[in-house]
Amino acid sequence: MREFDLVIVGGGPAGMAAAIAAREKGLENVVIFERDHSLGGILNQCIHNGFGLHTFKEELTGPEYAYRYAVKVDELGIPYETGTMVLDINDKREVTIISPGRGVETVKAGAVVLAMGCRERPRGALNIPGFRPKGVYTAGTAQKLVNIEGVVPGRSVVILGSGDIGLIMARRMTLEGAKVKAVVELMPYSSGLKRNIVQCLEDYDIPLMLSHTVVDIRGKDKLEGVYVAAVDSKNVPIEGTEEYFECDTLLLSCGLLPENELSRSCGVVIDPRTGGAVVNESLETSIEGVFACGNVLHVHDLVDFVSEESARAGAAAADFVKNGRRTGGEQIKLIPGNGVRYTVPGTVDVTNVEQEVHIRFRVTGVFRNSSIVMTCGGSEVFRRRSRILVPSEMQDVVIKKEKLEGLSGEMTVEIRGE
Amino acid sequence: MYDVLIIGAGVTGCAAARELSKYQLSVCVLEKESDVCEGTSKANSAIVHAGFDAVTGSLKAKLNVRGNQMIPELSKLLDFDFAMNGALVLCFDKEQLPQLEELKQRGIDNGVKGLEIVSGDKAREMEPELSDEVAYALYAPTSGIVCPFEMTLAFAENAYANGAEFRLSEKVISIEKTPEGTFGVKTDKGLIETKVVINAAGVYADKIHGMVSERPMTITPRRGEYLLMDREVGGKVSHTVFQLPTRMGKGILVTPTVHGNLLVGPTADNIEDKEDTSTTRKGLEEVRAKGALSVKDLPFNKVITSFSGLRAVGDTHDFIIEETEVPGFIDAVGIESPGLTSAPAIAEYLRDIVGTILPLEPKENFISERRGVVRFSRLSPEEQNELIRREPAYGSIVCRCETVTEGEILDSIDRPLGATTLDGVKRRTRAGMGRCQAGFCSPRTMALIAEKLGIGIGEVRKNGCYENGKGGEGDA
Ligand SMILES: Cc1cc2nc3c(=O)[nH]c(=O)nc-3n(C[C@H](O)[C@H](O)[C@H](O)COP(=O)(O)OP(=O)(O)OC[C@H]3O[C@@H](n4cnc5c(N)ncnc54)[C@H](O)[C@@H]3O)c2cc1C
Ligand SMILES: Cc1cc2nc3c(=O)[nH]c(=O)nc-3n(C[C@H](O)[C@H](O)[C@H](O)COP(=O)(O)OP(=O)(O)OC[C@H]3O[C@@H](n4cnc5c(N)ncnc54)[C@H](O)[C@@H]3O)c2cc1C
Repeated sequence: MREFDLVIVGGGPAGMAAAIAAREKGLENVVIFERDHSLGGILNQCIHNGFGLHTFKEELTGPEYAYRYAVKVDELGIPYETGTMVLDINDKREVTIISPGRGVETVKAGAVVLAMGCRERPRGALNIPGFRPKGVYTAGTAQKLVNIEGVVPGRSVVILGSGDIGLIMARRMTLEGAKVKAVVELMPYSSGLKRNIVQCLEDYDIPLMLSHTVVDIRGKDKLEGVYVAAVDSKNVPIEGTEEYFECDTLLLSCGLLPENELSRSCGVVIDPRTGGAVVNESLETSIEGVFACGNVLHVHDLVDFVSEESARAGAAAADFVKNGRRTGGEQIKLIPGNGVRYTVPGTVDVTNVEQEVHIRFRVTGVFRNSSIVMTCGGSEVFRRRSRILVPSEMQDVVIKKEKLEGLSGEMTVEIRGE
Repeated sequence: MYDVLIIGAGVTGCAAARELSKYQLSVCVLEKESDVCEGTSKANSAIVHAGFDAVTGSLKAKLNVRGNQMIPELSKLLDFDFAMNGALVLCFDKEQLPQLEELKQRGIDNGVKGLEIVSGDKAREMEPELSDEVAYALYAPTSGIVCPFEMTLAFAENAYANGAEFRLSEKVISIEKTPEGTFGVKTDKGLIETKVVINAAGVYADKIHGMVSERPMTITPRRGEYLLMDREVGGKVSHTVFQLPTRMGKGILVTPTVHGNLLVGPTADNIEDKEDTSTTRKGLEEVRAKGALSVKDLPFNKVITSFSGLRAVGDTHDFIIEETEVPGFIDAVGIESPGLTSAPAIAEYLRDIVGTILPLEPKENFISERRGVVRFSRLSPEEQNELIRREPAYGSIVCRCETVTEGEILDSIDRPLGATTLDGVKRRTRAGMGRCQAGFCSPRTMALIAEKLGIGIGEVRKNGCYENGKGGEGDA
């Protein structure tokens, strides 16, 4: 049985950053398993720019951003096996992989970093009635068809959901000569980044229909059109508001789900709010020596945050392999309070915090002129005012170790109006 | 000139073709779609009914019970998935007990074995997630679940291996009786001559019937809508759970599928359009509401898709399987539920009718077995490695949800009567049937199909026929 100090599952930005950090911490025997033919993950199909503003202080395309990390992986001589899919991980950190070259093989890992990314919410999960014709794609599938396979799936398009991929695809399809008739969003606000709404919709005069949804899909073999209706405050379609849009393509951009089948199979506890693992300050899951980072942990909007987070996971995994588990400190349990959907991590053991800890979360709605407040045992640990907080932007709060020392019990993260 | 031309490659037509391919007859199956199993046979509850539902003495009752007895053995011979998981018919009110007893008695009269009425508590012991409201249940141990596509494909492929011809993407337009007593069947591609015609055209059987017979017949499509849930929650029930039937059908059932998903449905609504397999908000709400009566906390947030199928409801509410007043023209119509279960028995019945018209000489070299596409995920690691060594394409996973390899997809395209569309690949391999519903695998699957058919990726169809006639030719 081959043995590795660290096995990284997935060679997207998360996996690469984790591998690089682990190696830089001096861990030699590291490997990345990636099921695609190359490293880069979802970035390979994101040919638009806007990546890397934080990390590299310049605007790169997705493939360019990924390339910089792939070069680093090569420079450091970190081995990676592509065309290799991880099929199973058990609680003894035995990892079963499959590839055309080596067949089915089980390897032993000192530690594991889960970096499998996320998948798109499919139509079925959205409960849209109607026919099931050709022409209904998730936005990411369409993106792959256009940007990787060179096939434009249609000429007239309606997009359901205003997630970032949908917005980016509204622009891409327009540039490819298709007519994007509308982007339809169930919620009264968009789930995409503001800059994408401006650059992908407004610049091309594509209407964004908030508080609307697709209620029927017509066309038996090929999509012919969709009915769109307004929804009430409970998101129930309002009868009589139906409007027909002729189109040959319906793209769905209704959310991303962390790809955690493997994590579940090895018994990692999943947080139902994120769909990702419950982790501590070291991004370690409920299974000792198994770490998670990137979109498999919680869905990010900026790849820079993925890279930064994943480097922390890689470093923590390296530390685990070399020094074993450091336990015993007081636990602080983070509680999402008013306006906060979840927090990552879920717990903090202050003794394991080197200098600072990142606390990331999303808000549950749009909040204007309000503050992010953290309290523990009645005293305020953190406060930051914001002009506007929106669900589409992940919040990142950095707290210095000194602030946490001596604390224990529950720490609530909440949004307070002024 | 064929001996027998079967119109419709659903389960009825394919089972009949297989049965007739045991004899020295030239048999051809004609299908308007580009693949077998594109009609009602692909969208139903997939239950191998025990046989207590149909009126005693009806053809339905007889062929259901016979079909139920045949399928276990056939599933082994022809390599399709089947499990005898047993069924429970629930009643929620003590007052309904006589109805349940009537059902049991009817079952006994029909020849169904092992029927038993159990208390609500006993039923909940057998099926812990059942609603507290369940008062009594009829337990039918011989009820089963099957993969309807695989079963239909298995019949078709085995018939093909035994010399039956399949003309796909070819639609019957009219039928003429010739002075010699044979038939000239006009299709959108040409004229086909045959001695005997079997009408197995599902919801269109009235149209085909009307091309030859003077006697009026109508087939009303009665739509049934379903919700299918993730395998993660497939274990919610282990038996097929029915509600006491009403005049409008069997009520809403909750069942595991043979592949481990959870299926809830169907509704029963008469409609006009024979092509309208859409789902509706109203229908799916009914499924949710009625399904929830049987089983506690049905996880409707785990729905991965919805679909609907059309029952071909005839005038008599029984199967009509007979030579019509036009000699040589045989109807197999009104094949509503339990048509899937009954298919192998219907095939024997049709064979006997053909036997009154043409001589039946058994073939000596009939091939009785058929192997389906390998299910890579079910092999042992040793077998998997052996397969990958021989054919590295089995080492590459295309569908991550159902763990389907490139090797399986290539096989599904290359095999006789192979797939030419995404849906065709899906029905043969399950690629795209999982929780992401083909989001991940469809670009790769499309590329594999395009390469095999020599067409562009953008031209690959989800279902239906290619204009240039690509795919679907399967001459023996
Ligand atoms: C359409 C789109 C547009 C975006 N736009 C921007 C933008 O403009 N700016 C920005 O900063 N960010 C953007 N992002 C976000 C950013 O791209 C993602 O956050 C980032 O790619 C996530 O990295 P990851 O490594 O967690 O996941 P991924 O990139 O998805 O990588 C996961 C990798 O794991 C592999 N894998 C999964 N399971 C297995 C297994 N079992 N075995 C082996 N390998 C496996 C996958 O093949 C994949 O390569 C965008 C994302 C998308 C989808
Ligand atoms: C909601 C529902 C639930 C059901 N549940 C069950 C169950 O649990 N158990 C069970 O045993 N049965 C069940 N059934 C019944 C079963 O599905 C059907 O009885 C069976 O599939 C009928 O098969 P068929 O071959 O007769 O028809 P089909 O599968 O419809 O095949 C007819 C074929 O004829 C073709 N055709 C039509 N016109 C032409 C033409 N002009 N030229 C060429 N080809 C033509 C069509 O394209 C089609 O492929 C259910 C049915 C429904 C609708």
